[in-house]
Amino acid sequence: MKTNNITEEGKKSSFSKVLEVLKTMASKPSGFIGLSILVFHITLALISPYIAPYDYKAIDPAMMLSAPSSEFWFGTDDLGRDVFTRTILGGRTALTVTFFGSLIALLWGGLLGIFCGLVGGKIDDVVMRVVDAFLSIPWILAMLLIVSLLGTTTEVLIPALGFFYGKGIVRVARAATHDVIAKDFIVSARARGHSNFSIMWNEIIPNVRDAILVEGAMRWSWMLLGFSSLSFLGFGVSPPTPDWGLMISNGRGLMSFAYWSVIAPIVGLSSLIIGINLTADAFAKALGIDRATKAPV
Amino acid sequence: MLFLIIKRILLGLITLFIVSLITFVGTEILPGDACTTYLERQAFGEQLEACYNRLGLNVPAYERYVSWALNAIQGDFGYSLSGEMPIKDVLGPKIKNSLVLASAAILIGIPIALILGIVTALWRDRLPDVAISTVTIFAMTIPEFISATLLILIVAIWLEWLPGIVIVPTDVTFFELLPNIILPVIAIAMIMTAHMARMVRSSVIQVMASDYVQMAILKGVPYWKMVFKHVLPNALLPAINVVALTIAWLLGGVVVTEVVFNYPGLGRLVIESISNRDLPVVQALALILASIYVSINLLADLMTLMLNPRLKTLQIRK
Repeated sequence: MKTNNITEEGKKSSFSKVLEVLKTMASKPSGFIGLSILVFHITLALISPYIAPYDYKAIDPAMMLSAPSSEFWFGTDDLGRDVFTRTILGGRTALTVTFFGSLIALLWGGLLGIFCGLVGGKIDDVVMRVVDAFLSIPWILAMLLIVSLLGTTTEVLIPALGFFYGKGIVRVARAATHDVIAKDFIVSARARGHSNFSIMWNEIIPNVRDAILVEGAMRWSWMLLGFSSLSFLGFGVSPPTPDWGLMISNGRGLMSFAYWSVIAPIVGLSSLIIGINLTADAFAKALGIDRATKAPV
Repeated sequence: MLFLIIKRILLGLITLFIVSLITFVGTEILPGDACTTYLERQAFGEQLEACYNRLGLNVPAYERYVSWALNAIQGDFGYSLSGEMPIKDVLGPKIKNSLVLASAAILIGIPIALILGIVTALWRDRLPDVAISTVTIFAMTIPEFISATLLILIVAIWLEWLPGIVIVPTDVTFFELLPNIILPVIAIAMIMTAHMARMVRSSVIQVMASDYVQMAILKGVPYWKMVFKHVLPNALLPAINVVALTIAWLLGGVVVTEVVFNYPGLGRLVIESISNRDLPVVQALALILASIYVSINLLADLMTLMLNPRLKTLQIRK
């Protein structure tokens, strides 16, 4: 974390800072590959409805489980639906849900963590106990319970995922705040008579932002993993919405003779998760934070 | 020292207490109760009344919590709704099977992770590191259900070496289980090993850059002696805690992997009890899995405390 060259950083516009971080990220091969995969997937998710060759829910009993051909590039599934169409559309829900989920997780986790680190004392103790307790309930049990009782719509999935992946951020934000709070500029801000809110907004957030953003980028890839596991188990988005996790679980029973209906979504989902992970790695390195020492909680 | 250990154990117990409150209140405030969700459309009149009486749902919530918690401490979780048999009889054999799976993965995973992590750290940015690190990032990021599906497709269907799905009754002996668990263990161990190897790597790299290692190099301590005597003991200590968190996080992965392989463990029970809206079983599962998580972390903290002389006099910061 850079705390001693605030004046130098303050002179640059935020846009050029973002550009600089992106440049550092792309300067290493792994970061470049990660960014490219991520950009590819986001572009694909945006344009796929316009380039999809078939209707994703068009059922054709005559073409059930046909092998890849010039007509159906990736073959068809057990209902005769085009696997290529469903694969290129399959990342849209996952990307949308996990992106907004991560935003929610970042917001509540980051703010609560900073607040706890700032006020300390009894409130801090109680909140951290509760966060610890939530951390020790396996995510899969909690998520399954919530979606099975409240439904599997995106309106339920986004806040539920956001809540469950945010509790780890509370700890990171709190620890980062603790590192900053003993610094001289906080003490002098207090001496100048600034309010807690002003200190939080002007002094602490700029200094813990990097750590929290890196944490959020990691959460994104884990949330994607969690979301697709839910879909795979039949608790994510509901059919016939094209989704990779759902496609893999559908095609699994018949993969001994129709392997193409699982290979395409596997490649799609794996490449997106690897892309996000490499990007998060490069992002952490560009900001000077070691992410390998963190556990995936 | 003793005070610190007692304090740490107390904190673990407080966490478990809050977990029990969360699971109880959580299943309580969600729409419907155990009876209406289980009986669904038949939830009216006599049947509902009978169900309420059978489960004791007609007494106030705080009284139910106290009796539930007191029984749970003694290992009695009440009756499951769908099977209508004591939950501990349902859970017992499944917990055993899941433990076999998880401990096999941990026993295989930890030594491999240590070797890989140390090798990649010592040959940092050279061929062994680049090759192994590329493999670990793949192994780490790909979801369990994908690696499990690919393992079944390649090893069981295309090569026909091992059975693809586990078709054994819940109460099999260990040796009957053995050929069946090879693929699930590989699927679980892969992601865990990759995670731990990366942590060990960065921990070793940090210690290698420290002042006392530089000093040892300047003094001319032989390379391997320095690695084993000065670097590894210091590098592996902080890794213990993170490894514990990884193992705990794996509980979720075990559930998914068990479903893919049709393995008769806790994983399938989780899915079944949630699909059947069997809330007493869900509460029991949440409490048991949380206890496993809390005890693993407690164990890791105590180990760190025992092994690190500096912490003996310091207060533990989480």
